[in-house]
Order: sequence, then C-alpha cells, then structure tokens
Amino acid sequence: MLRLQTAAELEKLRAGILAGRDPAKPCIAVCGGAACDGLDSAAVGTAFAAEIKKQGLEAKVDFRITGCHGLCNKGPNVIAGPGDVCYLEVKPEDVPEVVASTVKGEVVDRLVYRDPSTGAKAAHMNEIPFYKHQMRILLGDIPRIDPTSIDDYIGVGGYSALAKALTRMTPDQVLEEVKRANLRGRGGGGFPAGLKWETTRNAPEKTKYVIVNGHEGESAAFMDRAMLTGNPHRVIEGLIIGAYAIGAQQGFIYTRHDSPSMARHITKALAQAAECGLLGKNILGTGFDFEVELHFDVGIFVSGESSALMRSIEGNAPEPRPKYIRTSVSGIWDKPSNLNNVETWANVPEIINRGADWYTSIGSEKSKGTKLVSLSGHVVNSGVVEVPMGTPLRTIVFDIGGGVPDGRAPKAIHFGGAMGGSIPIGMIDAPLDFDGMSKLGAPIGAGGLLVMNEDTDMIEMARYLLDFLVKESCGKCTPCREGMWQMLKILTDIVEGRGRKFDLERLADLTEVTSLGSLCALGKTSSDPLKSMLRYFKPEFEARIAAGSPAGSAAAAGREAR
Amino acid sequence: MREQKIDSIIEKYKGRSGALIHALTEIQHANHWLPRAVMQKVADALEVPFSQVMQIASFYKTFSLTPKGRHEVHVCTGMTCHLRGGAKLMAKVQEITGLKCGETDAEAKFTLEAGSCLGSCSIGPELIVDGKHYGRMTPEKAADVLKQYE
Repeated sequence: MLRLQTAAELEKLRAGILAGRDPAKPCIAVCGGAACDGLDSAAVGTAFAAEIKKQGLEAKVDFRITGCHGLCNKGPNVIAGPGDVCYLEVKPEDVPEVVASTVKGEVVDRLVYRDPSTGAKAAHMNEIPFYKHQMRILLGDIPRIDPTSIDDYIGVGGYSALAKALTRMTPDQVLEEVKRANLRGRGGGGFPAGLKWETTRNAPEKTKYVIVNGHEGESAAFMDRAMLTGNPHRVIEGLIIGAYAIGAQQGFIYTRHDSPSMARHITKALAQAAECGLLGKNILGTGFDFEVELHFDVGIFVSGESSALMRSIEGNAPEPRPKYIRTSVSGIWDKPSNLNNVETWANVPEIINRGADWYTSIGSEKSKGTKLVSLSGHVVNSGVVEVPMGTPLRTIVFDIGGGVPDGRAPKAIHFGGAMGGSIPIGMIDAPLDFDGMSKLGAPIGAGGLLVMNEDTDMIEMARYLLDFLVKESCGKCTPCREGMWQMLKILTDIVEGRGRKFDLERLADLTEVTSLGSLCALGKTSSDPLKSMLRYFKPEFEARIAAGSPAGSAAAAGREAR
Repeated sequence: MREQKIDSIIEKYKGRSGALIHALTEIQHANHWLPRAVMQKVADALEVPFSQVMQIASFYKTFSLTPKGRHEVHVCTGMTCHLRGGAKLMAKVQEITGLKCGETDAEAKFTLEAGSCLGSCSIGPELIVDGKHYGRMTPEKAADVLKQYE
C-alpha cells in the first residue's frame, strides 16, 4: 500500500475503496468473537468459504470473518446483508441454504431469532430485542469490517477523525473538545479523560507516553477484548489523536497474552497503519511523529492497575506504587504517561468527528456517551451490549437480556467484578451512571454486569471473590495481603457452618482497615463486594451464622432473609 | 529444534534489558516452561542480573519453572463460570486427571490450571485445552473432551 502523504490522499483512498463497493451486494459476516469461537464458529466460517467457492459466487457475495456481533450465547452468529439479517446458532450444515437465500435476497426463517415466550420471529438486527434497545456507536462497525483489513476500516470512515484533528485542529482544540465532551475514563474510575490528558500535556518533561489499558482483568468483563479484537484500528485512531493532543511521541498497547486472535489483529493493524503512514514519522505530512508498541500482560490481575502496568511495560514485576505523584506526571521510566482504557480511546474518534455537543447529548447528566456492558450470569441473552449512559438497569437486564432463564426469579445484580459490588434486584430501576452506581455500592467498574438468580448464595459469592483476590494480591503491602486473608478465613468459616457471633463486626473492621491502609485500588476496593453484600444482604449472613448450616441450604436461608 | 528456536529468541533481544518480559513470554510460548539454564542465557544476553530474571519468572503466573504436560488444560474460574457451575466442573476435571491446579501428571500428558476470566462468559462454564475453547461444559461432558487428547 502507498504511504499516505496528506489528508487529501486519505480521502482519495477512501473514495477509491467505496467506489469499488456496492452496498446492495449480498454479504455474509461470520462472528469470530470469543464465545462464537468457543462454539466452533471457525467450522462455520470454513463451510461458508467453501460453499461460496463451490457455487462460484466469489464475485457475487462478500464474505468476511468479523469480531464479536454481540449476542454471544446464541452463537455461532452470522449476519447476512443487505438488511442485516441475523442468523443464530448456525451450524456448518445450514451454510448452503444461507448462501443460496442471501444471493436471492431471501431469509432462512428457521435460523432467525424467535421470542421465547410468544414465538414471534425477528430476522433483522433492528427488530431483535437484544439489539433493538442498544445504541451501538462503538460496536456498530464490528460486523461490517474484517478486523484485519485497514481498507474495511477506512471504508466505514476510519481515520477521518485523525485527519481532521491533525490538519484542521490544534492540539489544544482537540484537548478542549474532549474536555467539553466530558469523556470519563471507562476503566473503572470514571475520571475525566480530558483533565488527565491535560495533566500529562502540561507536565514539564518533553518525552511523554500514551497507553491503552487493554488488560481487562475484571472477571465477567469481555467487552474490551471484543472492541480490540473486532475493531483494533478504532482504538489505535483514538490513541494517535490523544497522543497529538498530549504531545506524546510513543504509545503502548497493553493487553492480554491469552487471546491469540486479539494479539494477531492488533499486530496486523499496527503494521498496516504504519505502512499507510498513519503511524511513524510525519503522519499525513503534518510533521507529527508517533509510534506504538504492543505489550502483553503475562498473567496477573494487579498488572491492570496503572502504576503496576507501567512497571510491567518497563520489564519489571508489576508492583503498584503510591500515587502522591500521579502516573500522568511520572509514569513509565518516570516520564509523564497518560493511560486510558480501550473503550475510552475508542470514543475519541467519534467525539472529534461529531463534536462535543453531539456527544454530550447522549447519556445522563454527569455521565456522557454510551457504555459497553458485558452482560452475563443468570440471564437469557448474554453478550456485549452498548447503551447510552443513564439507561435503567431494567432495560439492560430485561429488555436486552430477556430476564432470568429457567423460571427463576432474579435476586441481585453485580457490577464491576471482584472489586465491584452487588445490589438487590429491587434497585433495578437505577440508571447506569458512574456516580449513581458508586453511591449504591455497585460501581460500574469496567462494565461487567452479572445477573444472579434467587438460588445464588451471596456469602459464598463474597468468599469466592476474596479467594480470587487473595491469590492476585502482589503482596507488597500488609493490609491487602493479610487483611484479605483474614476476611477470607472468616467467610469460609461462615460458609462452612462455623460462623461465630462477632464475625460480622470483625469483617466490618477488616474491610475498613484494608480499604484505608492499602496502596493501590486492588487492596482499597478488595472488600467492596463484601461491603455491598453486608449492606444489602446482612440478614442472610446473620441467619447463616445463627443456623451454622452448611452451604447446601443457602437458598432457603436467602428466602427466609427476604 | 526447540533449542535453536530459544536461541533465536534470545538473540533477537540481545542487550535489551527492557525486553525481558517479551523474551521470557516468547520462550514460554515456544517451550512451555523456563529451564534454569535458559534463564541464565537470557540474563547474560539481555545483561540483567539472574535474580531479576528469576523475580519476573516466578512472579507472573504465565511463566512455568517446571516442565508442563503435552496438553494444557484450563478450567475457567471467572465469576460467570463460577456462578454457572464452574466449581463442579473443576472438581470433575481434577478427579479425571488426578491433578490439582498447577500440577502435571507423571506421564506429562496434562497440566491443569485455573484461569480467570477468559472472556467467553456467555458460554460458561468453560474448559480450554491447548487454547481450544469448549463452551457450556458439564462435568459429564468433560471426560469425553479430555479423552480426545493423547
């Protein structure tokens, strides 16, 4: 590919790509996301490629393997166009029929969504409840592009925001737009990204770094992987724009090593962007230089914490450090380093293209834009969801998620993985909002939403989460290392029927000390799930201690408590 | 063959102390474990103290200081899998293989690991063998899956 020298050349390339494409041409997109892959979507993909070849339709049908479509538990997912007909649970033997129908512009009725209660069919994406109630600004392109093709990304408008920022805006204007958009960090803290950028920009050192945190260690969170695997260029474009605003020369993408397709797609995207002159020296002829390196987490939860992550990029053990000097001032090799989550970066191109006014028109008063949510647990439709901030949890769990399966009643909603919290189902009308959810004791975190049914034993859940964190503590500070261990011991005793009279007071003490005395967020928030469970489900704990009963009668104890 | 591969990885990162994790990760992926002699070579080539190599290798969970089995078996212990019966699956896999987490059997057939969270929550609980995901796993089905591996 030719190295692009100017923004005009990028537009010319885009026009050329679009001229060669016919929106009315039949196309088939097979989901290659994590869950579909686990349901052997690869076999379905192979079958499609073979069938299209066999019928000699290579010129008549576009075919691609894409990232995650969203409705993961109904995989393997296939979307056929034009018209976005969604086929669910597609097997290799269904393939010839789908190909034949797609070419004729027909729909294979037996493979489309059916409402579980009414049996009503919904073939098109915008009719299926799971998709209908979403606003897919970040995810929308994923089924439309091959993540390994920069042409596909440019074809859907990719890198136009970068061209706009570099050629028609000053770094200050970019920064101002992001600040005005009130883009808040999607990694868990909800800290305004613009302010963080500004801190790094204003830090005295000349060398500055920008980082994509794609560690996604939060249990039951899988949307960042979906984003990075399904549309890596979008995250990279956001990162380059951020680097321009901040004045950084070097970027890092830090992500998981255990997802081979993600690593492959990012590596390829970086190489393509460099080849096109969208990374490297003198980007689009504007004199702006920027490089990106890919780094991998090698298996420990705490390395998702910003200062630990930066230690890891330096090649050291990921021990967090106290943050009286923030990493945005002194991070990697003591240089100012601005770190944002995958989803935060993915929002940036849209803000630049459509403006802060458009962005702030979406969302709640203090949380703007959309939020990616990984919806899983005891829920009918599970997968990657994108809704405007401020959407009531009820919409996510019932309208999108389809409620709780197997005729069970819902009991609680858990947000934010091992450092999040649980709220009782009675609070389901609460809006999805950084501050609101934090106040309730179930901070959004990165966005893993877990639905729990009436049979869930909350005490066992608290014990399980602490058991996970005990193994993940880096061990540097005592309150975290020892405090969690003691909490785990008490909870294990309660679960196994050896609870004692003052256990709940002891737990309350320990949660307080651990929160106050730990250096990093892992220790500070390690007891948050427990705190939320003691806040909302205390009678369950008391009943269990009083009864001394083992975990078997958990559901009974829970029902009594309510 | 493997030794050549390891040497070429080390050669690539020669003199680059900052690339220690990269080098060890590549060797781990190629060789499935980090023998002491290899770590010494890495220390010499990248010009870092052996103690630092050891610190990194023993800290991160991906690195193994002992040989692994021919097949790496992961049972996801993430929240959703746990909620949907991951613990029972783990117990069954432990029973079938006779291994606890982190152990390798005497014939070096399987190494068992707990993994969390592997991101396929919608189809949990999950069993992963050599990177291949088996979704909606039950204790009953686990035996059939593991039987396929020699």
